[in-house]
Amino acid sequence: MLEKKIAGYSDQVSVAPGEHLRFMVSCEPGVDRYQADIVRLISGDRQPNGPGYIDEVLPTSASGEYPGRPQETYIGSYAIVPHSPAFDDLNDLSLQACIFPTLPLLRRACLISKLDGERGAGFALWTDPDQGLVLSLGDGAGGVREFALGRPLVSREWYLVSASFDATTGEVRLAQELLDSYALNASSGEAQYTNGGDVALVSDAPLLIAAASREVARGRPVGELIFNGRIERPVIASRVLERGEVESLRGGPIPRPLRSDICAAWDFSRSIDTDTIVDISPNRADGELINLPIRAVRGSAWTGEELNFKNRPDHYAAIHFLDDSLYDSEWETDFELDIPEDTPSGLYAARLRAGDQEDHIYFVVRPPRGRATANLALLIPTASYQAYSNMRGTIEAGMELASDRLAVINPDDRYLNRHPEYGNSMYDFHNDGTGVCYSSRLRPVINIRPTHPWLWQLSADMHLLEWLEAQELPFDVITDEDLHAEGFGLLERYSAVMTGSHPEYYSTEMWDAVHAYIQDGGRLMYMGGNGFYWRVAYRDDKPGAMEMRRTEDGSRSWASEPGEYYMAFTGEYGGLWWRAGRTPQSLVGNGFIAQGFDHSSYFRRTESSHDPRAAFIFDGIDDEIIGDFGLIGNGAAGLELDWASRIYGTPPHALIVATSEKHTDAYIRVNEDIGHMLLSIGGQDDPRIHADVVFFETPNGGAVFSTGSIGWISSLFHNDHDNNVSRLTRNVLDRFLDPQAFE
Amino acid sequence: MPSHYPIDATRTDLAREFMANPMGPHGAALQRIVTRMRDTESAGRYVLVTSVPYQEWVLGTLSAKRGTDVTLIEDQVFSSIEDAERAVFKLRWEAITGEPLLLD
Repeated sequence: MLEKKIAGYSDQVSVAPGEHLRFMVSCEPGVDRYQADIVRLISGDRQPNGPGYIDEVLPTSASGEYPGRPQETYIGSYAIVPHSPAFDDLNDLSLQACIFPTLPLLRRACLISKLDGERGAGFALWTDPDQGLVLSLGDGAGGVREFALGRPLVSREWYLVSASFDATTGEVRLAQELLDSYALNASSGEAQYTNGGDVALVSDAPLLIAAASREVARGRPVGELIFNGRIERPVIASRVLERGEVESLRGGPIPRPLRSDICAAWDFSRSIDTDTIVDISPNRADGELINLPIRAVRGSAWTGEELNFKNRPDHYAAIHFLDDSLYDSEWETDFELDIPEDTPSGLYAARLRAGDQEDHIYFVVRPPRGRATANLALLIPTASYQAYSNMRGTIEAGMELASDRLAVINPDDRYLNRHPEYGNSMYDFHNDGTGVCYSSRLRPVINIRPTHPWLWQLSADMHLLEWLEAQELPFDVITDEDLHAEGFGLLERYSAVMTGSHPEYYSTEMWDAVHAYIQDGGRLMYMGGNGFYWRVAYRDDKPGAMEMRRTEDGSRSWASEPGEYYMAFTGEYGGLWWRAGRTPQSLVGNGFIAQGFDHSSYFRRTESSHDPRAAFIFDGIDDEIIGDFGLIGNGAAGLELDWASRIYGTPPHALIVATSEKHTDAYIRVNEDIGHMLLSIGGQDDPRIHADVVFFETPNGGAVFSTGSIGWISSLFHNDHDNNVSRLTRNVLDRFLDPQAFE
Repeated sequence: MPSHYPIDATRTDLAREFMANPMGPHGAALQRIVTRMRDTESAGRYVLVTSVPYQEWVLGTLSAKRGTDVTLIEDQVFSSIEDAERAVFKLRWEAITGEPLLLD
C-alpha cells in the first residue's frame, strides 16, 4: 500500500523573476535521496477521465538530487521572557495568575517556569491532573521539591491561583480559587507547608509562561508540557504577598506600595496586535510569544457589556495558549532557487520525486514587480488555500454524510494524521476543542497540491489552469498575498482578471482592491462559488500568517466564543463579510446560498440570456442546457452555489443568464439564510438552492461575470474543451479582453 | 450525535434499490436509510483507504483520534467504489437491524 513519506514547503508563495526562494523538505526513513526539479504546472487531475498531470521542467540550478532527512517541528504556543536582573535577587517568592484551563486532566502543564531541574535551582508553577496547583522549587542540590494543593481543577472555569515561599520561615502556601460561584465547589482550596526546606530560587534557566523547557532548538528554549487554556496577568514578586495583595494585582496598574516587590507583572491586554507580552513592572521584562497563541480573547473580568477588545482591553487581558498551535516550522533549507530573469509568469512547483514518492511545493512566479506581461491575470486565491491547509476532517471525522458516499482516505491523509505537528486548518479544532483561527503557510501543507485527489482549491483550480493553457492566450499569475500588499495598483494593469474556483477568504485590502478595479472599468471573471465570504487579516510583521474568526453564523465547522469576534491582528470585526456590511452580491452579483457534495447539476438558460447585452456570452451556443457534464459530480453546478439576490445587493441591472436546477437534498441552504427551522431546506424543495450565472456592467466601461458554482471550471475539459461551458467562458474572456468599453 | 432513524429489516426492496444504484440519487425512502447509515459516530466509521490511486481501496475504520491511524480490514479489498458501497451497506444493515441482509 502506497505510503507518503516526503513533504516540504517554501519560504515564499509569490516571487518575481530575479527573486529568491528557499525550500525545506522532510523525508521519513526509506527516502534517502530525492530528485528536485522546478516545473511549470499545466494540469493536475489524475482521475481516469481527467486531463492527467502535465508539467514542463524549467531548467534551473535547483534541479538535482538531494539527501533526504527528517526535520523536526516544535509545536505549541508559549511565551519566552529574556533574562532580567530582577530574577537574580529572589529570596522570598510569590507567583500568581488567573487561569482558565481547557485540558486540566490531560497531563501536568506549566503555567510559569524558571527551573533548572538538573542543578536544582529555580521555580515553576504547574497544573496537575490529580493535584491541581503544584509549586516546584529547586533544592540547591540537584533536586526539586514539590508542593501540591491537592484538588483537581475543573476545565473551562476561571481560577485565581497563587503560591508563595517565605525564606525566613520556610513556609510554602498554595491557593486556587474558583472565581464563579457554585453551590458545590470541590476545586477551590488552599494548602500550607510549614517547612519548605532548603531552596535555591535563582537559576539561569529561561523564564517561560505556559511551558517549561529542558532543550534549546532554533536558538530558543523549546516549550514542553504546554498549558492548554487561558492565562491572565501572571505576576512574580520578591516577597510573600498576602491574600488582599494578590487580589489587588489581578488587573489594573500595580499598586504603589507593591511596586518595589514586583519583579514582573505581564499585562496581556497590551500590544494585542503583536507577539510581545508587556511587563508593567519597573523592570520591563517584556517577553515574546511563540507559535501564535490566541489573543483578543475574553479574560476573567469580561462581563459581556463590551464586545470589542479595543474598547475594554482590561476585559481581554488573557492569552489562550495551545499545545498544538504553529506559526513557522523553521526547517533547515534543503535547496534554494533564484528565479531566472526571463521566467514567464505562471504557477510553478518544486517537484520532488523518489521512487514512488512525490510532492509538489507550489509557488507563483508573478510578472516583474511594477508591470504586467499580459492583459489577463489569473488571481490565485492563496488566502483560501491557506485557510484549508492541512484540513484534518477527512481522516478525523470522515466527510461521508456531506458527500453522501463513503469517505476515501488517501496516503496524504494518513501522512498528515501521522504528523499532528504540521498544524491544523481553519476547519479543525485544537487539541483542547478550540477552533483554529490562525493559519500559516510556513509549514508543510499536504492537501494544497496540484494532484491532490480531493479536487478542492489548488487541485480544482488546476482545471482552470489547464483550460487557460489550452487557450493559447498569454496570462500572468498573481496571488492574494500580492493583492493584499499592493492593492488596486496590482490589478489596474490588467484588462481582465480571473479568480479561482473558491476565493472564499478576503482581507479588507483585497476586497477594496477588487472593488476599486471593478469600479475603474476592470473586468472581473469570478470563476467559482462561495467567494468573498469570510473576512481575514494579515499582520505585516508576521509574514505568512492569517487570522479569521467564525462569528455570528455562516457555513462553518466551529464558532468563535461570544465577545471574540474582533481579530487580534487588525482589530477588525471578523466573520462573514455580509455581517460587516459587504455582501458578495454587492461586489460580484452573486453570493453563497447552498452547498452539497454528492451530484452536481447543470444550468438552464434564462429569458435574460437573450437580452442583446448578453449576446456575446452565448455566441455560437444554441443549447438550452449548459454544463451537464464535468469532472466533479458530473455537472457544472456543484459543490458550493451562489445566487443573485437584489435584497443582498446584486446590482439592479444585472442579468441572470443561466440558472441551475434539480439539485439533490444533499444540497442544503446556508444557515445564515435559515430563519425558522423548517423541513424544506434541501435541493428538492427549496427553489433558492440553485446557482446563477450573472453578468453586469460596471462604471467606466467595466464588467463582472460570475459563474455561481465551484463546479463550473470542472466542466471546461470535457470533450477536449469542445463544450458549451468552455465556449461560453471563452466568449466572455474574449469580450472582457476587448478594450471596447461596456456601456 | 448520530442518527437514530430506525431501519425496517423487511424493506429489502429498498436494499435492492441501493444495490442497483449505490451512488444515487436515491428515492426518498431509501435516502432515509442511507442517511441513517452514514450518520454514525466518527470513531469506528467505515472508510475506504486508497491502496492504488483511482484503482483499489481497502475497507477501514476511523480512529477519529489525531495521530492514530485508520484500522484496515485487509480482506475487504475493492476495485470499484460502487462495490465498496454495496458491501458497507450490507455490513451496516446487519449491524443496525440485527438481521443479515439476504438478497437472492
